[in-house]
Amino acid sequence: MRILLIALALGFFALFVFLPLVVVFVEALQQGIAGFIAAIVEPDVLSAVRLTLIAAAISVAANLVVGVAAAWAIAKFDFVGKSLLITLIDLPFSVSPVVAGLVYVLLFGAQGYFGSFLQAHGITIVFALPGIVLATIFVTFPFVARELIPLMQAQGRGDEEAALSLGASGFKTFVLVTLPNVKWALLYGVLLCNARAMGEFGAVAVVSGKIRGQTNTMPLQVEILYNEYAFTAAFAVASMLALLALVTLALKTFLEWRFDDEIRASNGH
Amino acid sequence: MDISIRNVRKEFDRYPALHDVSLDIRSGELIALLGPSGSGKTTLLRLIAGLEYPSEGAIYFGDEDASDRSVGERNVGFVFQHYALFKHMTIGANIAFGLKVRPHDRRPPRVEIARKVSELLNLVHLPGLERRFPSQLSGGQRQRVALARALAIEPRVLLLDEPFGALDAQVRRDLRRWLREVHDQTGHTTVFVTHDQEEALELADRVVVMSQGRIEQIGSADDVYDRPSSPFVFSFIGESSELPVSVRGGQVFYGDAALSVTANSGIEGTARLFLRPHDIEIVHDGDGAIAGKVTASHRDGGLRRLDVVTSGGHRIEVTLPAAQCPDIAGDVYLSPSRGQVYPAGADGKAG
Repeated sequence: MRILLIALALGFFALFVFLPLVVVFVEALQQGIAGFIAAIVEPDVLSAVRLTLIAAAISVAANLVVGVAAAWAIAKFDFVGKSLLITLIDLPFSVSPVVAGLVYVLLFGAQGYFGSFLQAHGITIVFALPGIVLATIFVTFPFVARELIPLMQAQGRGDEEAALSLGASGFKTFVLVTLPNVKWALLYGVLLCNARAMGEFGAVAVVSGKIRGQTNTMPLQVEILYNEYAFTAAFAVASMLALLALVTLALKTFLEWRFDDEIRASNGH
Repeated sequence: MDISIRNVRKEFDRYPALHDVSLDIRSGELIALLGPSGSGKTTLLRLIAGLEYPSEGAIYFGDEDASDRSVGERNVGFVFQHYALFKHMTIGANIAFGLKVRPHDRRPPRVEIARKVSELLNLVHLPGLERRFPSQLSGGQRQRVALARALAIEPRVLLLDEPFGALDAQVRRDLRRWLREVHDQTGHTTVFVTHDQEEALELADRVVVMSQGRIEQIGSADDVYDRPSSPFVFSFIGESSELPVSVRGGQVFYGDAALSVTANSGIEGTARLFLRPHDIEIVHDGDGAIAGKVTASHRDGGLRRLDVVTSGGHRIEVTLPAAQCPDIAGDVYLSPSRGQVYPAGADGKAG
């Protein structure tokens, strides 16, 4: 029975996870290293990489700040609407990213609710970087907050109350006590948030407009190249995303190991 | 620092945790808030600290109304039940925290802080542990560090929430004695919360007995043990047995037996008699005594403990000096030498 279960798990894993990953790299290197590099230094691809990095950087920063604030509020204070906020934080996980993208088009697109206002003021959101960032923020919002809330709730308010009773201001309490208590969980959340931000396809596909060399992120570029039968180029870009995933995984494992230690230390009294 | 709590009421989500509590704490006093869980003792401590604010009433520090002051402004040293040491900081940094977070103009120089930290570590008998981390210390050591950290800010009052609650019995006894010493050395007005009556009676100048959000009695260890003001206090503090009795003209009757205890004037008719196990004698004849049967007997150090069921079916505990008393079994007569009679309508038992 045990052997059967393990064989099932391993077989499933090999077929659905390991094999595709190998295929990505094999395909990417089909025309040798030179072909791989040629595919990557193509201007449209470089532009997609740049756009992905910028969008991810802004989204992660925004979600870091808002996620910490939300987690702090939820874990350390009682207020009206708290349970609603907790439910809403999970919304991006349960809603299809395409829906999220469409909502932004509906709100900020040329025909949207704020469309004429934005046009009058010369602001473009949809089919441009702001739209891509908005969609990415929406999709990746839960990562930081969800990582922090259970930990901060488990830690309770004791340390903060101690700091306040010793005369520390709210800000100093946050920086000197609250933040160090959650630093590993925070890093972990940021890492996952970043991986998802770079890999996001659905929501971004709707708002980006897929203008080559301008509003294409890496996942969109992969799709375009693939549809144009440029398989090697498509897999070359895809392999970069896959590599990112592997690096994230390695860091995540490392952090889990570190973070686990930290958790045990925090419960060790 | 005198602290005056005036008609304080506290509600959490409309559920009252404290009803109209008033208490005056004298400067330099060591006071215990004692009660079962849910009695409101921790809430009262947190209100004094400024970690909670009263729904009604006021809290004075000396002549100053501190009711709206935040915990930081009140300058109190608070020691938490689970220590709340900052795990990522060394012991030295923990103790120095309150001084280091002060604004520039009030922050002592670095050397001064270091000197203060080592002085405090000496006071709590942990010299030279500045560079350790909290995880490297035992529970008792952490509690002492927490106290040193609270003392570092030179608080106007020291507040301790179940300071020894998480420690084992031997460590508790040592720390108790040690806390008394620290209090006598530093002279801080000190309030601590405990559910352990032994701790409260041994340590405190005065004990505040609380139940269901109210203060039942305030007094010295002798007061609350020998002159409990309510059935609750009698049964909560020390061991006790309860008998239903009737009072006729000041004379207390259990069934037909006229007992030698007296009731306070004003009590008439059915009443409740509370007895301490050591205030009961075994006598040889039935006149003015309670007839009963020994159901269990065991030796406890220098004492012998007897469980007696009276002819009326009530259980009474009796302790006698073991030397005076051979193993007793069978029928006995009990004569209470001292006891307290409360009107039948008075408040219920501990719990």
